[in-house]
Amino acid sequence: MTTEARLGSVANYVDERTGAAAWMKKNLQKVFPDHWSFLLGEVALYSFVILLLSGTFLTFWFDPSQREVIYDGSYEPLEGLKMSAAYASTLHISFEVRGGLLMRQINHWAALIFMSAIVAHMMRVFFTGAFRKPREGNWIIGIGLLTLGIVEGFLGYSLPDDLLSGTGIRIAEAIIQALPVVGSYLAYFAFGGAFPGEAFIPRIYTVHVLLLPGAFLVLITVHLMLVWYQKHTQFPGPGRTEKNVVGYPLMPTYMAKAGGFFFIVFGVTAFLAAVASINPIWLFGPYTPGQITAGSQPDWYMGWLDGLVRMAPPIETHAFGHTISWNILIPGLIIPGILFTGMALYPFIESWITGDKREHHLLDRPRNAPNRTALGAMSLTFVMVTLLNGGNDIIATHFDLSINQIMWGTRFGVLILPPLAFVITKRLCLSLQRADRELVLHGRETGTLLRLPHGEFVEVHEPISPEKAYLLTSHEQAPPLELPAIDAHGVKRAGALRNKLRSRMSIANAEAIPKVSATELKEIEHH
Amino acid sequence: MSNEIEAIKDPGLPAHVHRKADTDPKAAKRAERQVASMFLMSAFGTVLLIFSFFFIPDDVFVFVPILGNQNAHQLGLGLGMAISLFFIGMGAIHWAKTLMPDVEVVAQRHEFRSTDSDRKDFVSAVKEGAAASGLGRRSLIKRSLGAALGLSALSPLILLRDLGPLPGKELEKTTWKTGTHLVTDPGNRRIKASDLEVGAVAQVLPEIEDPEHRKLSDIAKDAVLLIRLRPEEFNLEADRLAMTHDGIIAFSKICSHMGCAVALYEQQTKHLLCPCHQSTFDVTRAAKVIFGPSARPLPQLDITIDDEGYLVARQPFSEPVGPSFWERNSQ
Repeated sequence: MTTEARLGSVANYVDERTGAAAWMKKNLQKVFPDHWSFLLGEVALYSFVILLLSGTFLTFWFDPSQREVIYDGSYEPLEGLKMSAAYASTLHISFEVRGGLLMRQINHWAALIFMSAIVAHMMRVFFTGAFRKPREGNWIIGIGLLTLGIVEGFLGYSLPDDLLSGTGIRIAEAIIQALPVVGSYLAYFAFGGAFPGEAFIPRIYTVHVLLLPGAFLVLITVHLMLVWYQKHTQFPGPGRTEKNVVGYPLMPTYMAKAGGFFFIVFGVTAFLAAVASINPIWLFGPYTPGQITAGSQPDWYMGWLDGLVRMAPPIETHAFGHTISWNILIPGLIIPGILFTGMALYPFIESWITGDKREHHLLDRPRNAPNRTALGAMSLTFVMVTLLNGGNDIIATHFDLSINQIMWGTRFGVLILPPLAFVITKRLCLSLQRADRELVLHGRETGTLLRLPHGEFVEVHEPISPEKAYLLTSHEQAPPLELPAIDAHGVKRAGALRNKLRSRMSIANAEAIPKVSATELKEIEHH
Repeated sequence: MSNEIEAIKDPGLPAHVHRKADTDPKAAKRAERQVASMFLMSAFGTVLLIFSFFFIPDDVFVFVPILGNQNAHQLGLGLGMAISLFFIGMGAIHWAKTLMPDVEVVAQRHEFRSTDSDRKDFVSAVKEGAAASGLGRRSLIKRSLGAALGLSALSPLILLRDLGPLPGKELEKTTWKTGTHLVTDPGNRRIKASDLEVGAVAQVLPEIEDPEHRKLSDIAKDAVLLIRLRPEEFNLEADRLAMTHDGIIAFSKICSHMGCAVALYEQQTKHLLCPCHQSTFDVTRAAKVIFGPSARPLPQLDITIDDEGYLVARQPFSEPVGPSFWERNSQ
């Protein structure tokens, strides 16, 4: 039998039982638009696969137990020390299992890349407006994945039970304990008694290797099925419309590129793990609540939370024999809660402001949505300032600064800089719109100077291509919503305050430099 | 706005530009060789990994510029793996970019909304189904089902009850009792005031019968920091001064903010600093919070000496140590 005949008989076997051919024929030709920023989500997906593979390897040797053992492995500085079996087995993986350290470092690097890719992917989706109808649901799933990722990462680096991660667990316990009414009960349930106990590491191990990866698999599957079913968004440009999708077919080009890209992400992660040490737990020693390492730092995706906790004002309420720790609740739960809820609801807030309920498959250039872009820059600035404060001790020692001044700087900075970032970004976007307008009207500056007969010097401008002119003018410029207090029938609209707010935001949102129209362009050309 | 009418026309997809490999068979052959050599490079990486695994012992170090001294075994394994994976990816992508079709194709999108007749059929199907089950009419079934479902959600909650004991008053108690000796940590030796020089700091724990099996959960509440100053350096109320002994003052080492070990002592300023969130406590003023997020001073342990001159606790802590919790009476 020839190869083709053999493949044919396999395909026949499958198709007679599933009828897959009809579905496959359509989907093998499925079109995927191409842009570098569409790779960010792929990096996250591939990192997740790398995490599953390297994590499974680690489970073969890791002993998730807080049972006390005496260390007698090959790392001499810790010889004879009392430690948990979790810590001892992590040392065993690092020093005795061949390739164990590499896998540990791949797992940790992949976690950092996973979280970075998720955040970068979300920024892409946010700034280009890809979350708009019909993709609001997938945006919310994305927020869910981001949240789970933060928890999963924290649990992961907490497992080795070293002095640094144990301190992190202590802080998590304090946050649980700070919850009003139920705090100390929840803490005792989570830890099986008083902190640290012997139950926590085995429990978070189950969560880390079973529950959360399961939740990830479900959410990622739904996320990807929606991307598949709703088809990918595309950037605007000549020939691209809301009604079509322009790109490469799945088979073979996209398949080869995406498949190849998985190996590149894995290869780069392995390279990082080979040359850049990460979380050298043997330097920290085993966890004991009476000790600590100076410069205690969480991983970066927790760093902004830690920074918020650090800058919180020292406020507690003491009343009627009870204590409420606002210094923990506000930065640890309330602000992150508001941020994540706001992020999840943003697609609905924006469509409420614009009144736009249509489907959108063409992406926005960030400059053409100045308010949204400014809001994104504002949020990022907030997180950057808090992240900076999460490393205030490291910054202070490295740059020989006063930690108190950094803290005060970020305390004010976190209030002043985000609104400032909003204003600056919005102005920048409008300036860029103005530049686009100039470019379409007067063309590109060539740098060639021309001397006119009467002695005047002018610079020669070269008209831009029709493709470029179309790209720079194809966006929509919708007028603000008209929401007068009294509607067309002379009836006073309900919810006056709400309407006023909506109207104000709609006006601010519609602020734009008018794009060039065909008539304007023609007039210029006639001159 | 009349933008819709006057908008600049869409010139349509730009014409496709052929790559060199599309038109020149020589270029295509060259691209094929490039792809193949990348796959070969990957195979070399796998060989490097196998060689490093079996033949490079784990105590050999090599000097690599920029990276410094590196363990050859680890480096070989890692680089081998990186090369073997990376070049498979590079090969595949180079193949796709040079030899596979790069003509952009156009597919049409369709609105997701179902047609009106489909929607109508759906609604009537749902209504018929609901009517057939009698859910609307038989409210007894509806209510009892709701109650049963709600109640059944309790069982997992009940079953999880044994995750841990109730806290009771445990968060408020430590091992420190009247007359408990202070012992060094590590070492478990009793200490005399004279063991501690002025300016020195020591971590101590309460003396227990079986120090070999001291529980971490006890250390998490019992850890105490001793600091010796010159008595005139204190700036304390009389009752707090009475809790010191000969310039030695004792504080809970567990931060009153989030429970980290407050381990950084600055001898010059006599400040204690928590490395987690930088709460700073002034030792001379009974660990008053002078900076950072902590809202309470570190609890002070009342110490004195026994007949033989060893340091002991005169009484237990008068307030709970560590981070706050709902039941804590902070008045």
